[in-house]
Amino acid sequence: MERATIDLWVGLFVVAGIAALMALAMKVGNLTSLNVGETYTVSAYFENIGGLKARAPVKSAGVVVGRVSEINFDDDKKEALVTMKVDTKYHFDKDTNASILTSGLLGEQYVGLEAGGDTEMLKNGDKIKLTQGAVVLEKLISQFLYSKASEGNEKKADSK
Amino acid sequence: MRRIIGRIYCGVRMLERLVNTIRGIGHRTVDRVHRLGFAARFFLYSLTCSGESFRRFPLVIKEIYFTGVLSLIIILVSALFVGMVLGLQGYNTLQRYGSSEAVGVLVALSLVRELGPVVTALLFAGRAGTAITAEIGLMKATEQLSAMEMMAVNPIARVVAPRFWAGVISMPLLAALFSLTGVFGGFLVAVPLIGIDDGAFWSQMQANVDFREDIVNGVIKSMVFGVACTIIALFEGYDAPPTAEGVSRATTRTVVNSSLAVLGLDFIMTSFMIHGGN
Repeated sequence: MERATIDLWVGLFVVAGIAALMALAMKVGNLTSLNVGETYTVSAYFENIGGLKARAPVKSAGVVVGRVSEINFDDDKKEALVTMKVDTKYHFDKDTNASILTSGLLGEQYVGLEAGGDTEMLKNGDKIKLTQGAVVLEKLISQFLYSKASEGNEKKADSK
Repeated sequence: MRRIIGRIYCGVRMLERLVNTIRGIGHRTVDRVHRLGFAARFFLYSLTCSGESFRRFPLVIKEIYFTGVLSLIIILVSALFVGMVLGLQGYNTLQRYGSSEAVGVLVALSLVRELGPVVTALLFAGRAGTAITAEIGLMKATEQLSAMEMMAVNPIARVVAPRFWAGVISMPLLAALFSLTGVFGGFLVAVPLIGIDDGAFWSQMQANVDFREDIVNGVIKSMVFGVACTIIALFEGYDAPPTAEGVSRATTRTVVNSSLAVLGLDFIMTSFMIHGGN
């Protein structure tokens, strides 16, 4: 085959390969959202993080405002320290409430931020004071059974 | 007396056979190590010679055409079918747990992390690696390589290094095309055929595939596979006995060794890349 034709095909091949990489990054990997924007770091202690993982979304009112960057265990407090990166576009006040929620019944877990009423805003490196850990299914069931059992006892006592 | 002598003789024969077996194993091991050393030297030497192949880049382009462009059809068609099968199988299992939308995540992650680089490398070894081995083996058998040396042309720099770089450049591009086509195949099965929601398919995929952790790691894998497959194919060709039988055996060895190297390296790299389950 002629040299120029080979060059053309190889050029097309290289362009297609790089385009495929770009397409994977954009369409599959979603590089565009929140990975390039400026972020600030806030952290929070949670009693129990359930199945929360690093890279899980941080949402407020259902909108993704950041991502969990790190999860550590604090040996002194015996609690989980969750570090989050929040987009600088969004500001949250100091008594923002952070809780670990689940999207759907079996969906992934995320950190939900609920704004409070303070006038001062969270800055880089601040800690969120008001937190609520993940709901553990086993605890929920045992609470339910316990309350049912006590209800039953009351009814028995009433009928007597 | 005779019986005792007979027994001793028998024992000596058995001992001899045992020693011969052990000697054979030792010989084969030493031979393998010898070949491995030669392969390492060959690899380093072709790296040091590769400066020239960059100065004469059209040589590399021609080889990219043979190893990369001509492998495209088999890579793309396999990718489409692999993606479609992943879509069907994934849907079949996931719908039992009521999360059939996650089929996009399954298809994308398995392709980008594993199947893209690995299956591309296996196909590459079969399609391009064998061609390289047979070509270089025949060049050696017909004494073209010695002829080059006679003309003061270094055959490593002129023949081996351009093919090496062509393989290393082609492989990540082929793997990226494989992954993308596979995701498209999975999409074809999941959305128009099965009827999973289009938005959920893509958004779940985008939420769970990370650029650094998944896509870049896949590219790193395919680069390593590119180096491994190409150097094995080149070495087997260069080391082949200059006979018809020797070249055919070398071609077989290329496929076997490349496949084993790819799967072994894949395990090693995956265990480095996945740490702690996060």
